[in-house]
Amino acid sequence: MALLKLDNTTIRFGGLVAVNGVNLEVEEGEILALIGPNGAGKSTIFNLITGIYPPTDGAISFKGKSIAGRPPHVIASGGIGRTFQNIRLFGEQTVLDNVLIGAHTRGNWNLTGALLQFLPSVRKEEGRLLELAIHCLSKVDLAHKAYELASNLPYGEQRRLEIARALAIEPALILLDEPAAGMNPQEKQTLLKMVRNIRDDGVTVFLVEHDMKFVMGLSDRIAVLDYGSKIADGRPEEVRANPAVIEAYLGKGAAH
Amino acid sequence: MFQNMLNSIDPYSMQILVNIGIGIILALGLNIITGLTGQLSLGHAAFMSVGAFAGALLTIKTGVPFYINILLSGLITAVVAAAIGWPILRLTGDYLAICTLGFAEIVKVVFLNLEITNKALGLTVPTPDTSLPMPLIVLIVVCLTIIASAFIQNSRFGRALKAIRDDEIAAESMGINIARYKVQSFAVSAFMAGTGGCLYAHFLGYINPSDFGFLKSIDMLSMVVLGGLGSIPGTIFGASILSAAPEFLRFMSQYRMLVYGALLVFMMVFRPNGLMGGIDFTSFVLRKLGVKPRGVSRSKEVQ
Amino acid sequence: MFLQQLINGVALGSTYALIALGYTMVYGIITLINFAHGEIFMVGAFVGLLMVGYFKLNLFLAMAIAMIFCMVMGVVIEYIAYRPLRKSSRLSALISAIGVSIFLSSLAMMVFGANAKGFPSEAFPSHQIHIGNADISTLQLLIIGVSALLMLALEFIVQKTKIGKAMRATSEDYNTAALMGINVNFVISFTFALGSALAAAGGVLVGVLFNSVSFNMGLMAGLKAFAAAVLGGIGSIPGAMLGGLLLGVAEVFGVAIGYSSYRDAIAFAILVLVLLFRPTGLLGQKIQKKV
Repeated sequence: MALLKLDNTTIRFGGLVAVNGVNLEVEEGEILALIGPNGAGKSTIFNLITGIYPPTDGAISFKGKSIAGRPPHVIASGGIGRTFQNIRLFGEQTVLDNVLIGAHTRGNWNLTGALLQFLPSVRKEEGRLLELAIHCLSKVDLAHKAYELASNLPYGEQRRLEIARALAIEPALILLDEPAAGMNPQEKQTLLKMVRNIRDDGVTVFLVEHDMKFVMGLSDRIAVLDYGSKIADGRPEEVRANPAVIEAYLGKGAAH
Repeated sequence: MFQNMLNSIDPYSMQILVNIGIGIILALGLNIITGLTGQLSLGHAAFMSVGAFAGALLTIKTGVPFYINILLSGLITAVVAAAIGWPILRLTGDYLAICTLGFAEIVKVVFLNLEITNKALGLTVPTPDTSLPMPLIVLIVVCLTIIASAFIQNSRFGRALKAIRDDEIAAESMGINIARYKVQSFAVSAFMAGTGGCLYAHFLGYINPSDFGFLKSIDMLSMVVLGGLGSIPGTIFGASILSAAPEFLRFMSQYRMLVYGALLVFMMVFRPNGLMGGIDFTSFVLRKLGVKPRGVSRSKEVQ
Repeated sequence: MFLQQLINGVALGSTYALIALGYTMVYGIITLINFAHGEIFMVGAFVGLLMVGYFKLNLFLAMAIAMIFCMVMGVVIEYIAYRPLRKSSRLSALISAIGVSIFLSSLAMMVFGANAKGFPSEAFPSHQIHIGNADISTLQLLIIGVSALLMLALEFIVQKTKIGKAMRATSEDYNTAALMGINVNFVISFTFALGSALAAAGGVLVGVLFNSVSFNMGLMAGLKAFAAAVLGGIGSIPGAMLGGLLLGVAEVFGVAIGYSSYRDAIAFAILVLVLLFRPTGLLGQKIQKKV
């Protein structure tokens, strides 16, 4: 059974059909990439999965349960972590606090815990969250910057911090929205290894990315979106040879 | 010992000190919802008035021990705030601010029309019979409020509030139930305002619904903004300055609101983080000392 | 009785509508609740009073001078207190607006004193007209007429002129409008000027209607007008007009059926209900959140 399943998922904004009847399955343990020209609806699919927009039509299920229309915090708690295309870190807070916020669902103590934080059980939980946060930071090699302000990090490190924050949910599925955007080739190489490590730790990876070299080198499978519809789905070399894909990217006639 | 210390302060100074104490409690309360959670409340004086009237009526009608009274006033206010907050906290920033203002006016009008609160005449509150002197009780409540604020700020609960303040979409994508945390933060904030109101009523001995209007809410907001939204030392500083200022600047008391207005604009334009805001002291010190959190040594395993 | 109250409500409501237009236009363009707008209305009333009472000017001339004065004031306020904060958080801008509001009302109290002032009775010699069993004063007709005229003028400016087109474009999409070569700063200043002029006219009319002008009249009127703007759908000009009229009528009828001591609470109750059940208002458009 697929970990995540989109079944004829559709969303309309007024007259615009941003995502049109997409069927897609993400298998457990794979790295799946979603590619497509600008404005094809890739980020919108992420926003549908994470509950930012409810779908107009169709179903979305995660671990066999329907999540379409559930609020974002419920979906996140269920085990889907994500990053954002335009970085959305808590900029005025430290790197460590950003990841601790990501670890929110891993704790239970609330207001009472805050007021009684000297109790051993509260301190134990706080210690556990801290350990988890440091662990996630070290996954993206940022632990040494734990007390920096997030907004003071260079761009590439901010993208990695977003990944660490999403990992702190301890998700079954992580959605990466253009993780390599704005990185230089060397940073991309490091990122590639990090994403593989994340998958090897048992987290399924679903990413949107523009950099073809990065996608081809990383993904087990690639789905292609054009004008809100899925036009291809397969292994990297299959997709690369698919005439419909070449046409979508380079225009009519380029496939010949 | 305390008795001697308290007696050595003349009554006039004591009155100023108690005013400062109550100001700190109120401002720290507002800081929870506005500074920490980022939701502007323009109606906090209403919560203060709920606490004041609840406390006064408890003393007059039931005569419960004063210490329990303080707690109950806070709780009643928190319940009222949660009931009001549940529907309106779904609104975003500006709408919420106006709604809190609207509710505050409604609360005031209701108190002005209720038989039990003596309508527009206000209530005379008897001095409570306590073993400790009033100023000492205020001091204890101030300390507890400061400790509670600091605890909340450095906890899982507080981190969730700060996440909501900084970016709601990112916060809910991290699994934070925004609506629930906003209501809880609102209730905690109102609890503090309620205890402050209860102390105010019993210290002053007389309360009137008109004392808790829009300008009182602005009083509190100015304290938090002057010191720095979200900063506990800043809020204490701002509350102290602005609670004491009217006494020291008696000759210019009529300019008070004029100065507050200009102050709010000036602070936002030139020092939006307040006089002491924008610095998280703990992590600032840790960073300067080069302290690394536990377990960092493992960080190199990636390469 | 019904007709009488309806006319009373419409007269009151058209002044709310005049003020609500300023809120709605400013919000439409820079998504700021111009909290000081109620104070501009108050200053407009005082300038009008000064012109009529001290300089013995004709009421209409006084109104025109008040409008010009407040136009300048609105532009200056935007320049000092809001423009530097355009890139800051909305909380900062709102707090700054509240600061301006407090500043202006305390300034007015210092200059004009704490007591309410009345317009001299010769400012507008009003007499009653009987229609059926309703008594309608010429003053009410004047208020309704002037308000309608000003709103038509506004509609003309927004729909038919070049600057109106620029305003609509800027409110649709601030950044794109700037890219298309629209001088956004000028458009914003112009919007403040327009809104402030309408508020000033409203101030003079309300001052004559209730024969009372005071330093603290801006807060409550401003809040009610804001409620009217929200009721109609914030950002929508016809919405503000409709919301103002509905609110005025609701308030007059609420008082007529015996809730006079809850008069000010009526507007807020409506505001809260609208925000909860139809946050876009009667004529507003749905806003899609951006990720």
